[in-house]
Amino acid sequence: MHASIILLLPFFSALVILLGHRQLKGASVLISVGSSVISFIACVALLAVADDKENTKLLLPFLDVGQFHANIDVLIDKQSRGMMFIVSFIGMLVHIFSLGYMKDDDARPRFFGSLSLFMFSMTGIVLAGNLIMMFIFWELVGLSSYLLIGHWYQKASAAEACKKAFLTNRIGDFGFMIGILLLFGLNHGDVSLESLRDAFVQGGPLFDTHTTHPGLITAAALCIFMGAVGKSAQFPLHVWLPDAMEGPTPVSALIHAATMVAAGVYMLVRVSFLIEASPLAAEIIAGIGCFTALMAALMATQQNDIKRVLAYSTLSQLGYMVMAVGAVAMAAQHGHAAHGPNPGHPAMFHLYTHAFFKAMLFLGSGAVIYACHHEQDVWKMGGLRKHMPVTFWTFLIGTLALMGLPYITSGFYSKEAILGAAYDSGCSILFHSAALTALLTSFYMMRLVIIAFFGKPRTESAHHATEVPVIMLLPLVILAVFSILSAWDGFATPLQALKPAHEPPHATVLFASIAAFLIGTFGAIYLYRGKDKDPISIKLFANKFYFDEMYAVIVRVFQDRLAWIVTALERVLVDGLVARLPTAIVARLGAATRMLQGGHLQGYTFLLGGGVIGVIYLVVFVLPRLGH
Amino acid sequence: MSVLELIIALPLLAALAVWLGAPARAASLGATFINLALVLYMAVQYWGKTGLAFTYSRPILENPSLSFAVGADGISIILALLTALVMLAAIWQIEDRPPIFYVSSLLIGGGAMGAFLTTDVFFIYAFHELALIPTFLMIALHGRAEPAQRKAVAWKATIYLGAGSLVLLAGLVWLVLEFSGGSKLTFDLEALRSQARLTPLPDAKQAQIFFVLLLGFGSLVSLFPFHSWAAPAYATAPTPVAMLHSGVLKKFGLYGLIRIALPLLPHGAHVEWVQNALLVMLLGNILVMGLVTIHASRLDDTLANSSVMHMGYIFLGIAAGTDIALKGAVILMFAHGISIALLFGLCGRMRNQLGTLEYNKLGGLANHAPSFTVLFAFGAFASIGLPGLTNFAGEVMIFLGNFTEFKAGVLTNLQWTVILALWGVVMSAVYMLRAYRSIFHGTPATGLFMIDPAFSQRLPFILLAATLLVTGCCPWLLLNLMKSAL
Repeated sequence: MHASIILLLPFFSALVILLGHRQLKGASVLISVGSSVISFIACVALLAVADDKENTKLLLPFLDVGQFHANIDVLIDKQSRGMMFIVSFIGMLVHIFSLGYMKDDDARPRFFGSLSLFMFSMTGIVLAGNLIMMFIFWELVGLSSYLLIGHWYQKASAAEACKKAFLTNRIGDFGFMIGILLLFGLNHGDVSLESLRDAFVQGGPLFDTHTTHPGLITAAALCIFMGAVGKSAQFPLHVWLPDAMEGPTPVSALIHAATMVAAGVYMLVRVSFLIEASPLAAEIIAGIGCFTALMAALMATQQNDIKRVLAYSTLSQLGYMVMAVGAVAMAAQHGHAAHGPNPGHPAMFHLYTHAFFKAMLFLGSGAVIYACHHEQDVWKMGGLRKHMPVTFWTFLIGTLALMGLPYITSGFYSKEAILGAAYDSGCSILFHSAALTALLTSFYMMRLVIIAFFGKPRTESAHHATEVPVIMLLPLVILAVFSILSAWDGFATPLQALKPAHEPPHATVLFASIAAFLIGTFGAIYLYRGKDKDPISIKLFANKFYFDEMYAVIVRVFQDRLAWIVTALERVLVDGLVARLPTAIVARLGAATRMLQGGHLQGYTFLLGGGVIGVIYLVVFVLPRLGH
Repeated sequence: MSVLELIIALPLLAALAVWLGAPARAASLGATFINLALVLYMAVQYWGKTGLAFTYSRPILENPSLSFAVGADGISIILALLTALVMLAAIWQIEDRPPIFYVSSLLIGGGAMGAFLTTDVFFIYAFHELALIPTFLMIALHGRAEPAQRKAVAWKATIYLGAGSLVLLAGLVWLVLEFSGGSKLTFDLEALRSQARLTPLPDAKQAQIFFVLLLGFGSLVSLFPFHSWAAPAYATAPTPVAMLHSGVLKKFGLYGLIRIALPLLPHGAHVEWVQNALLVMLLGNILVMGLVTIHASRLDDTLANSSVMHMGYIFLGIAAGTDIALKGAVILMFAHGISIALLFGLCGRMRNQLGTLEYNKLGGLANHAPSFTVLFAFGAFASIGLPGLTNFAGEVMIFLGNFTEFKAGVLTNLQWTVILALWGVVMSAVYMLRAYRSIFHGTPATGLFMIDPAFSQRLPFILLAATLLVTGCCPWLLLNLMKSAL
């Protein structure tokens, strides 16, 4: 009951807005916001009535062929309930914030309609009880992301960005689908999460395959992972996320920071039994996550657009979570953790804390951009601390949480859990890069705060900035509270956030975590205090390691050039061999065919008709006699 | 008399009436509306049932036994529904055109109905030919190009489809003769089916006949490399003809393979050399034509080539031959028909209003024509295979249907083909989103102006888009018509 409300309400909201936005006008905004509020209440109710028995319930039929079913059925367990709370809570706050942020936008109904579509699709991913349903909604969040990034489609940059996001995700989904097909084949046509997990844990058919064909399990795991690489913007498919900042800022907060991009991590945790079954897959996943985290952190240190800094930070933190998925699986393979689905997964816990403070930071940057009349360059801001005190304080809290201010903020606990997982994985490169990433995170975030909020206003727009309206401040304050408190047991337990099993942390981990925080913070203060332009300039980082340029070349050569060649060959060879050559031969055969070439189509059509009748005559009246 | 005879006769009689001078639009629309209602009635009657229904037979000849026999099962009903919907939309969207547009649309639609709803091989074939002739004539007489060029295009299509039809005829005759074995000759599909069950042909012979039928039916469906008629024909054809041929009539070849070739030659498609040949050809459709479509620089070119490309997926379902894959193929036939008709219809409107379909001359149409943009998006995202629109359901069933028989450690040729074909899904997104971006996004190009058509003019397209959404969210609606295993 709750699940169907949570899933279908935003769908109908989107549908009503699509069909009736001209008649509804302002009401469409209320429908969308209202549905998000009701969804949130239903999600809280879902937390309250929760029992601990995990089971899959059929919600709606979809495909049903003989033995095979792929339906819309929901798996409600601790993971999905906790994730649903994050999605609906931040979703609701972003809806409310958007009431202020999008006040002057003429296309508000379209914006809120797409937002409802997003809530629907994201809910589907979270509740999905089988991989096909997950894939369905996986693609649909891609659509809503496309629509929202392209909200200001008149701008060429936004139009290109939404296309890029969709296509990059499609490449990931290509792998995801292959992975689903492999599992579908291996598990005899059943891709429900429960059955797959049972098949692994209790020694079903998949378990046999696991021992006889480990390569196939690794292939399936890596193909499924490819879906997460696209959606969670991991290297090498990370390029779409920074460009996605072309969308309105509330969208960046909800979709491209807190929820949708984290769906990849959520999905990986959902199928963690699969990753644990394959040592190679676990190592690759940890490696890709670790590389993404470090690479994006380096890029973030040299960005000047406030949203881009946050975007690279999101990339980096997603890399962190993905690394944790791999590291936990590696640790499990070494016997460091219980086999099977670990309820307190560090990746999920970081996803949970990160969702609040990163959404907060994005909404805070939205408030700054709004106040500075759509100025996004941090070097054109400055001194905002005095003009926008509430925004400043909330932004600072979010920043400290992201940096992991020891013992106070939620980010400290979740980051420490991930560092611990990296430590337990037994791979020292993982641990060291993770610690270095944490240091860089403190550095670039402190840099951002100093440049934008401290010092003197560097431009007129920064000088005249004033605090944003209450409707926008309210979500900031709420999220700031969560940024600090969400890791506390009093919050985390009822929200079913599933803290990783509490062990006394290794001294090394604790030391690394605190040292990274301190070095990064004071390094940034030392370098950037009172500066009006960047004292360091590293082109490689500022230009994002030239990935966009490289990919542009790849697309040009391997797609456009290839398409050109294939088209030319197709014209010459296929048309030449299949059409021209026989025609030429026929044309030489005699005068009768010359009539055909004369271009009297009606004549030919009659000829064709006549021929058909002749053949039919032959078949009907002549052939039977031959038979006797 | 069966309701099916009425459904077949109605468009043909309406065509005759219009030709004799009845008010063209009123008569055509009236007939197609009633036709859609009848088909829906038939679908509701058949709901959840299995086997052949609404059968009725009028004997014509004793020996060879030939009769005008009608009958419908789930596949026929789904394709009849497709025909009725596309015919209605295609005729509805005609504006200010001479009566021949209505006559030819009715003839193509009626011919397709006849091909899908008769159960005698002779009439299945004859009705298809009946529908082809107005297609050629309309391209030659009213095509969107200089007279010389449009005649050349019509020629090419005529030669290809004519040759394909002859090969097909030869294959069908061969098939019928093999089964008759010197005794009584019959064209009745049910009789042939029961004969195929009792005394199946040897596998080698099945393979040979199947291959001939594949070439014949295949050229009608633009199977690679017999496809090069399709793109210029669709780009040149008048809008209703492009909608009806690409949406409905082209499905005839696939219908024939599923309805005639597979049941009568159940092993033919799985003999190794036939299967490998089919897989190579369908990969040609998907990968080669995918790249060709990416290269296209005009909307009509993109749509025409994409329509060739997507046939590859349906052939993939036929190649797999499993119950899930074949049902997926039928759903994809329906889905592709609706979505490509929608896109060609909108494309025709754009050409009328803007005078150009070149991507580098277009841009920003979403600013002034939002509803038109949304309708186009339905078609574009459907053909990309977005879940929630019908094409996805068909595609995913075809993919899954290839993986039902899975031996761990060994991927079959079919399964490798699926993996390669999946890359085509990425390519579809590339060309469709490029098209969408250059037509609708950005700022309006100078000198180009287009506003939303009036609501009444949008209705035929809304009908198609709504069909995609409803059957896309609830593909079981279609599956419930196909309860019997294929």
